[in-house]
Amino acid sequence: MILPPSDPNFEQRLTDKPPLRDDTRFAAGKIAVFQYTTVGIFLFLISGFWRLQVQNPQFYQGKAEQNRIKSVPLLAPRGRILDRDGRVIVDNHASYALDLLRENLNEDHLKPIAQGLDLDYDALLKQVHRYKKEPKYVPIRLKEELSPADLAFVASHRDFFPELDLIEAQRRLYPQDGMMAHVIGYTAQITDAQLDMPEFAKCLASDMVGQTGIEREYNDTLMGVNGQRQVVVNNRGIVQGSPLANKDYIAGKDLQLTIDLDLQAVAELSLEDKIGAVVALDPRSGEVLAMASRPTFDSNKFAAGIKSRDWKAIQDNPDHPLLNRAIQAQFAPGSTFKPIVALAALETGTITDQFSVHCAGSVTLYGHVYHCMRHTGHGTLQLHSAIVQSCDSYFYVLGDKLGIDNLSHYADMVGLGKVSGVDLPQEKAGLVPSREWATRFRHEKWYAGETPSVAVGQAALTVTPLQLARAIGGIAVGGIWHHPHLLQSLGQTERPFRADLDPDNLKTVIDGMYGVVNEGGTGGLARLANIEVCGKTGTAQLNSMDYAKAHAGDTSKDIRDNAWFVGFAPRVDPEIVVVALVEHGVHGANEAPIVRDVIKAYFDKKVRVQALKQQQTAIASKTSSLSTMGLPTGAPQAAPQVSPQAVPAGVDR
Amino acid sequence: MQYLSLRDIDWTLVIIVLIICAVGVVQIYSATLGTDTHSSWWKQMLYVLGGIFLMWVVLSVDYHTWLHHVPIMYILSVVALLGTAVVGEAAFGSTRWIPLPGGIHLQVSEFVKPVIILLVARYLTELKSDELEIREMLILLVLVLIPAGLVLKQPDLGTALTYFAVLVVGAFLGGLNWKYIAAVLVVAVLVLPVTWTFVLQDYQKQRWISFLDPELDPKGKGYQLIQSEIAIGSGGMLGKGVTQGTQAKLRFLPVPYKDFVFAAFAEEQGFVGVVFVLSLYFVMIMRIVQNAQTASERSGMYICMGVAALLLSHILINVGMVAGLMPVTGIPLPFMSAGGSSVWSNFLALGLVSNVRLRRFVN
Repeated sequence: MILPPSDPNFEQRLTDKPPLRDDTRFAAGKIAVFQYTTVGIFLFLISGFWRLQVQNPQFYQGKAEQNRIKSVPLLAPRGRILDRDGRVIVDNHASYALDLLRENLNEDHLKPIAQGLDLDYDALLKQVHRYKKEPKYVPIRLKEELSPADLAFVASHRDFFPELDLIEAQRRLYPQDGMMAHVIGYTAQITDAQLDMPEFAKCLASDMVGQTGIEREYNDTLMGVNGQRQVVVNNRGIVQGSPLANKDYIAGKDLQLTIDLDLQAVAELSLEDKIGAVVALDPRSGEVLAMASRPTFDSNKFAAGIKSRDWKAIQDNPDHPLLNRAIQAQFAPGSTFKPIVALAALETGTITDQFSVHCAGSVTLYGHVYHCMRHTGHGTLQLHSAIVQSCDSYFYVLGDKLGIDNLSHYADMVGLGKVSGVDLPQEKAGLVPSREWATRFRHEKWYAGETPSVAVGQAALTVTPLQLARAIGGIAVGGIWHHPHLLQSLGQTERPFRADLDPDNLKTVIDGMYGVVNEGGTGGLARLANIEVCGKTGTAQLNSMDYAKAHAGDTSKDIRDNAWFVGFAPRVDPEIVVVALVEHGVHGANEAPIVRDVIKAYFDKKVRVQALKQQQTAIASKTSSLSTMGLPTGAPQAAPQVSPQAVPAGVDR
Repeated sequence: MQYLSLRDIDWTLVIIVLIICAVGVVQIYSATLGTDTHSSWWKQMLYVLGGIFLMWVVLSVDYHTWLHHVPIMYILSVVALLGTAVVGEAAFGSTRWIPLPGGIHLQVSEFVKPVIILLVARYLTELKSDELEIREMLILLVLVLIPAGLVLKQPDLGTALTYFAVLVVGAFLGGLNWKYIAAVLVVAVLVLPVTWTFVLQDYQKQRWISFLDPELDPKGKGYQLIQSEIAIGSGGMLGKGVTQGTQAKLRFLPVPYKDFVFAAFAEEQGFVGVVFVLSLYFVMIMRIVQNAQTASERSGMYICMGVAALLLSHILINVGMVAGLMPVTGIPLPFMSAGGSSVWSNFLALGLVSNVRLRRFVN
């Protein structure tokens, strides 16, 4: 390109084109095109702002508010669970959880976050991808129960990882070592299925709700109402200034149970290394004083979101630790059923207490030989001895005389074969066989030959420990069956079932049970020095003898007999009834000490409490007498005294 | 000699520009309140004063003299752009700035703009023809492509585009045959896929993609667009008021005092404010075009139209971007965005326009 020399008038000199004044006119039309284009461009730009600011301002205002206003939930603490004396069984403790906000998520951050919090990076990545389908505002819960090291990591990396969101939460603090785990239950995040249940109608997807036990039964009471705090945040989620709005939470209500922690502890300890259950009731009110089940589980592991390997361990345990055996184990009661049979026989007038049977180790009825527990036989005995010695032959005969209709009627009367209505979820009903049951559910008529087996608590008859405690407790207090309950306040509205029974018949049965413990019967181990303990052993076969023979060499399944013991005390005006069930315990007599220990703990405590009360009254009367003498009742006045230090060393005092 | 009088400066244009600058300073003040970039507002005032001084320098020398020195200015520009590539300081992911003593960072590509305007004006004037032949067009294209390519390499697509805006408007006025335009369009359609695959950098593709669908990448480039739209939309008809814009103040809006200053403005002043400022810009462009129409000869007309094209393309790209009408390309809004290089470059261009107006009467 050749450029001409600089000269303001070079155009004039070099060109022979038309005069300069007209020179720009050639472009006039094109400049007009430019002007129209400019108008078009500005209209185009204004249209964009019209669309955003005039047509949709509310939409974008909403978005701007969402951007800057963050709702921080103020989680209501769940109510505590207390024992009958007001001692805390379940408490809360403050803890921190960490959420990953997916709106701010930068996937490059996942690796350092996983490292810093000691999480599995691959699992985290998988979790993030699984959440892809969810709306952006749904956070991912990274970790519960942050350790101080985790908290330090989060605090120091706040600016680097704006996607981390620290949540302050109240966590459940359950008793250690699985104590009372079945009664209390545990809480966990509500499941999708539960969200649809009327029971959880008021709950949100993020709520922690009771899953089993008391936590579930009284979830509504225990759960409070969450509050909310609205704060302004900047683009890194850092809170600016003071909250815009504050709605406080309403804390959940405390629950007072009928459980006595002292008895509970004894019951729990007595079941160590066993599979079974212990239930202690106050037969006068239906209050559950203790309820333990083994094997157990650690509710605390659920409180912080159970780890999959812990959950697998529980699921894979063949002994089903989650089962509350006190209300869900349904086993043949064995000989513990005999007092009920005896009562039925006396009440129906089938026999008197003088009725005697000769036991030669077995009896033959309907061409079938029914074996007694003692193969050598008990000789001839009457009702009292038959209960004390737990003679099966006697009750085979008695059952045959009574017939299945009477047996099932009286079993129903004492509350067997139906749920007791205890305030725990998923109570099992057990089964009382009857003609109706046989035809309706077994599709086979009842055979008279089956009745003798029912009379010794075998065959199709099954009960739960709680049902048995209630049944025997009702007999013990003279034919009044209260409804078992765990919530103390339920006692006011509870209406017992009363049966019109002959006191003499009741006394005969109770005396028999007294004999079991105190007259050389099968329950001698339950004996206590100063308290008249009554009881009954039970040894229930798991399977028929045929089954046992067929699986003779097979040790994979424990087919040893279940052991029962039911006891109450004192003989007159009983205050406590205790049932112990030990699976594969072989003989009920072996488990009598469990019941004895719980009963002993009850009366020991009663003595302690009375002594304490006397002491308090004594002190109270003393102080009142002091005040009448015109002496100060508070702290002693600082009278001039010789302090020990003031005494010179070496002085013999 | 020509008759010169201060009265002949286009005061309307200057006052409009100063109003825009004032609005810009207020908006910068508001958007940076309580942040560590809050000093930007008074710095911007100094830049504007400096710009006025530069404008005076430019208009005090006859624009024909400026045209005469185009070759040396052009060569200096290319060398400076090459220098930027060598010693330039990387900031915000592109190498656009040359650090000078005293903490000043010069954005060379901004100062190349007036040179491009003068280059196009002189080249087209010297053709002395009402028709632009294809060979001449290609030479001009190459002349613009050299600096534009260097800017594109920085990478700074937005600024490079403004160079082409000057070229396109110049070529259109210079009498480019519509057949060539058609041919270029056909070639463009054919070249586009190749460009997409081989020339455009990933971040540039990403910007186009996020422009077409911002929700695809809400935390990346699309995030800026979404936040900008939220800022503008939430301003509504009347706006939230000065310093009340939450999007800018809580930093949801990226760089609310620079490239996104108009979004911050729209949030606080609403549609009414937007129409007011866009009207000012419109009048500004139209005044410049009028100066082109009254220019004494072709070179003056080309200069004014070049400036009009430059500023119009800036406004279209920047305002279109914040409103979600154009892809995100980081170029400043003339006279409003904080930044010395941009303000000075625009005042230089304005000086050229006044220069032409001042000398519009042929003696």
